[in-house]
Amino acid sequence: MSEADAFVARWRPASFLPAADTRDGSLTFVVAVLCFLACLTALGVIASDRAARGWSDQLTRQATIIVRPKANETPDSAAARAAETLAGVKGVSEARALEKEKAEALVAPWLGDISDLDDLPVPRLVAVDLDPKAPATAADLDAALKAQGVDGVVDDHTIWTADIARSAGLVRWFGGAVFGLIAAAAGAVVAFATRAGLQARRDVVEVLHLSGADDHFIARLFQVRFARMAAVAGLFGAAGAAIIGAGLRLAGGEGGLTPVLPIIWTDLLAVAPCPLFAALVAAVAARLTAEGLIRDMA
Amino acid sequence: MSRNPLAAEAASQADHVLRFDDVSMRYGRGPETLRDLNFQLEPGSFHFITGASGAGKSSLLKLIYLAAKPSKGLIHLFGEDLSVIPANEKPLIRRRIGVVFQEFRLLDHMTAFDNVALPLRIAGRKPDSYRQDVAELLAWVGLKHRMHAMPATLAGGEKQRLAIARAVVNRPDILLADEPTGNVDHEMSLRILRLFVEMNRLGTTVLIATHDQDLVARSGREVLHLADGRLTRHDAPRPRP
Repeated sequence: MSEADAFVARWRPASFLPAADTRDGSLTFVVAVLCFLACLTALGVIASDRAARGWSDQLTRQATIIVRPKANETPDSAAARAAETLAGVKGVSEARALEKEKAEALVAPWLGDISDLDDLPVPRLVAVDLDPKAPATAADLDAALKAQGVDGVVDDHTIWTADIARSAGLVRWFGGAVFGLIAAAAGAVVAFATRAGLQARRDVVEVLHLSGADDHFIARLFQVRFARMAAVAGLFGAAGAAIIGAGLRLAGGEGGLTPVLPIIWTDLLAVAPCPLFAALVAAVAARLTAEGLIRDMA
Repeated sequence: MSRNPLAAEAASQADHVLRFDDVSMRYGRGPETLRDLNFQLEPGSFHFITGASGAGKSSLLKLIYLAAKPSKGLIHLFGEDLSVIPANEKPLIRRRIGVVFQEFRLLDHMTAFDNVALPLRIAGRKPDSYRQDVAELLAWVGLKHRMHAMPATLAGGEKQRLAIARAVVNRPDILLADEPTGNVDHEMSLRILRLFVEMNRLGTTVLIATHDQDLVARSGREVLHLADGRLTRHDAPRPRP
């Protein structure tokens, strides 16, 4: 077999488009950075949401009763009676009267040290742990206290849980908006690169046209190229974010690096779809841009 | 190479492959580059278009290979009115046209073999169905020993023969060439002309735009002469020297 025959026998079609050049390398880097930021945002939103849910759960599982002693009883006995009453209410796991020192510690930020002011009527507090499966409502607790003639005010922390829920919602929306912006930026970058790539390879496009390729065929070449590039960039970006997330998890133990952003191992799976998502955004952006530009060229 | 069946079919079914009826063309809002052209090419004919630089030779070819639209008049190619064919059918028409340029327009990132195989790949054919055809075609243009070479490493004449091989690999019904000998020496010009003549003998209609009067004289073929965008003369075939 001659050299030419051997070449023909083992010949494999070359790529229709020239190999990637330095411009494509820069684009891969930019998209990888955008993917990295998007993945970090996603991890941040997931962790914030978990933190908010944790705080909310903690608050909804507890209630605090401010007990005012009646004329014929001491603060300690009033608190003890309230705790005893509430312990028997359905939906309450435990009720305990807090010591005078704990009550004084709670008002210390406003009144300072009042331990030597015995005449100051500091209200006693009763901490109530609610059954997480079927918690008693504030109305249940209030009714039980009234039935036993205990003068107390029930605080079920509703005001705080509503604030936390609102904050968590805001964080989710903010994260979603940042994520959307980053996706749009990635799409714009790819569209810009497609335009530049098409202009730079105008001669190739013309030859493909003259050889009988239609606009869709040529647009698909650019679409596949940029989708592949974005998938690779997404892989790098996601891997980078996963490494950061794993670092936070390892550094912080069970609760993550900080209670504000508790990351668990399964959170890292959230970055897995990034390459696919990046490829999808790039494919759509490249296809739309290429179709329009090739139509203009033609 | 066997006789082109498509060209033969066209020849038997129509009295022309290409017809211009009062065709004019302008770029944007500029002056008319071509004015009121009327001519037709019979199937299997061989014509030269001559004229000075700027006479409109390349523009005329652009109209035929659908790279430009006339500002006035009608062009019929393969019996189709080009002004009404839908965009998605243009690639199918282009596949029946072979085009050779003075500047070759080869794809530098592909080997000679890949460049020739390009139209067949675009047409959706499987590599095994054309592998040998491409090799034979490269041998026909004298590039069998260069089929693995990249275009940048080829000499001018080799590039032009490669461009011709790419233009005819689809067995086009019409072969257009825009100054195909502009970048090669006299000897290579004659060699390239022989390739066109051979394609024509196989049934392909050939239209060559050139200002190489010696080439025209040697061929003895019909000549369409353009001056200032007008068809000023249509010379009948002359006896070949």
